[in-house]
Amino acid sequence: MSKKKENQEQIQQELQEEILEEVQDEAVAEWSPKQITRRQRAWKDFRVNWQLYLMVIVPVIYYVIFRYVPMFGNILAFRKYNSGGSIFGTGPLTLKYFKQFITSKPFWQAFSNTLILNGLYLIVRFPLTLIFALLINEIRNLHWKKFVQTVSYLPHFISMVIVCGMIKELLSTSGPINALIASWGGEKIPFISLAQWFRTIFVTSGVWQSLGWGTILYLAAMTGINPSLYEAATVDGASHFQKVIHVTIPCILPTIATLLILDIGGLVGSGGAFEKVYLLGNPMTAETSEIVSTYVYKMGVESGNMNFATAVGLFEGLINLILLTCANLVSRKVAKTSLW
Amino acid sequence: MSNLEKSTPEFKVEEIHIHNRKNKIKESTGYKVFTVVNTIIMILIAFATLYPFLYLVSQSFSSKEAIIAGHTSLIPKGFNIDTYIYVIKGQHNNYEFLRYYGNTILYTVIGTVLSLFFSCMLAYPLSKNKLKINRFLSPFVIFTMYFGGGLIANYVLILKLELKDTMWGFILPMLISTYYVILMRSFFMSIPKDLEEAGEIDGLNKFGVFWHIARPLSTPIIATMTLFYAVMYWNNWFNAKLYLQNKNKWPVAYYLQTIIRGGGGASDPDAEQMSANIKSCAMVLTVLPIICVYPFIQRYYVQGMMLGGVKE
Repeated sequence: MSKKKENQEQIQQELQEEILEEVQDEAVAEWSPKQITRRQRAWKDFRVNWQLYLMVIVPVIYYVIFRYVPMFGNILAFRKYNSGGSIFGTGPLTLKYFKQFITSKPFWQAFSNTLILNGLYLIVRFPLTLIFALLINEIRNLHWKKFVQTVSYLPHFISMVIVCGMIKELLSTSGPINALIASWGGEKIPFISLAQWFRTIFVTSGVWQSLGWGTILYLAAMTGINPSLYEAATVDGASHFQKVIHVTIPCILPTIATLLILDIGGLVGSGGAFEKVYLLGNPMTAETSEIVSTYVYKMGVESGNMNFATAVGLFEGLINLILLTCANLVSRKVAKTSLW
Repeated sequence: MSNLEKSTPEFKVEEIHIHNRKNKIKESTGYKVFTVVNTIIMILIAFATLYPFLYLVSQSFSSKEAIIAGHTSLIPKGFNIDTYIYVIKGQHNNYEFLRYYGNTILYTVIGTVLSLFFSCMLAYPLSKNKLKINRFLSPFVIFTMYFGGGLIANYVLILKLELKDTMWGFILPMLISTYYVILMRSFFMSIPKDLEEAGEIDGLNKFGVFWHIARPLSTPIIATMTLFYAVMYWNNWFNAKLYLQNKNKWPVAYYLQTIIRGGGGASDPDAEQMSANIKSCAMVLTVLPIICVYPFIQRYYVQGMMLGGVKE
């Protein structure tokens, strides 16, 4: 809602500015015989704002070199790379590398693992985060609320190296989880080296790390809800639970939609998954833990198959872009919210 | 007449009030139960969040013998600080841990300052709607969030620029984060235009307006970004793995990764147990600055994230 309002305000402002500009231009036109051309207007914009343009130069150069050059460097998926040679490869374009990975079994294994891991993680984390946000929102004691928030945000700031180190310590055969299992008379389980446990560990630790941080945008949206809506619901005799269902959730629906789009867009992406999978996975769990981005790393950086790895990475990036666009389209139709 | 008119609304208000009160009484049992359950859930979540940290601290102060015997409680057994001395001194008594720690501090400080500076340089002009170039500049910047070069193309680029084994190879790939720039832009947009215009009328140029008006008003977002960028540099190990072969340049996070990984897999469970207290100790030392600093910046980043996030 507020977004629409803002947009309207913005449009109004822009309109006003344009009118102002036109008035100024007309004033200029009165004394200058020629019409002001587009180029002159651009020159005027530059003369007034040249300092802003100056500010932006270094970042733009940075973006060209460190963001756009690699983007075009994806051409390595089609041209041969010689170590030390041009980063755009040499020789004619070829689809050889694409054919290589499309027909390779480890790639499809990694691809399905990526989908399964990210999908499971999304399905488990998304509703839990929403519920946690609603529960935090119900806390009336402000000090307690702040404490819960501070504590639950903490894991977000911890390096993946340490998170994975902790996981290994907690799950080791001499760790507390196995001690608990042993005290119940169970057999100790070497979690880290068992392929069938990898997904559970990945999802659980991911929830542990992101549960609190994930609530921050929901809570922001909830503080923006007009209190009179709740008052009206109270007058209508709504219970607390009904207020959550009929006031809170509809009001934060745009936020939910936006976050869901972003998450779906990241289903195939490496995102934060790469570091964790790389740190937690090992040859014994490869059948469930190898994902596309770790596969790219191993094939490219470790084995030196730059072309092959670039082709795989490009494929991943494109699928990501397509997914994001589709999710965005659906959300625009259904929830009337979109990223662009 | 007037008396009657007056009395009717008052009567209504009273009715609502009573209705309200009734409602509250009816709800209170259910709501009380809910509050208790909610509090218990929150306590459990807080405990589950903190437990791994407490466990690490306990391990790091415990004796080697206790850990080998499978000591898993939150109270250290065989309390000692020898592990800390050992970790800081290093295996070869050359204080290598301190060197990695120093590297991390250096990279974090330089990286954060540069990142903040250039992110502001980009985000501030982007926040000016009337700037003509933004029609091209915004999509130019935002597109990089959705599609990028991928690991290999970036890796090859850094090799080509001969940044390998330099501090810049570690810092430059993550110098400007587009997501953070967008957050900053949203915040800058919320600064009242009147103030900036007043500044210009008073004779400030565009730099002056940014420095003397926009910057002081943006403390929440700048504090937030300082924290985010600093944490990003502090925690990064993968750039070091890719680009820093020279051991003298390693940041502590990468050193930590090597000792955690090096401590034997499941094929060598003894080695894993042997070094558990050393690993815990190194982890505690690495994570300590973040845990100490972050609660104090919390009020800023909540504010910054909320403004930026909601506006986006």
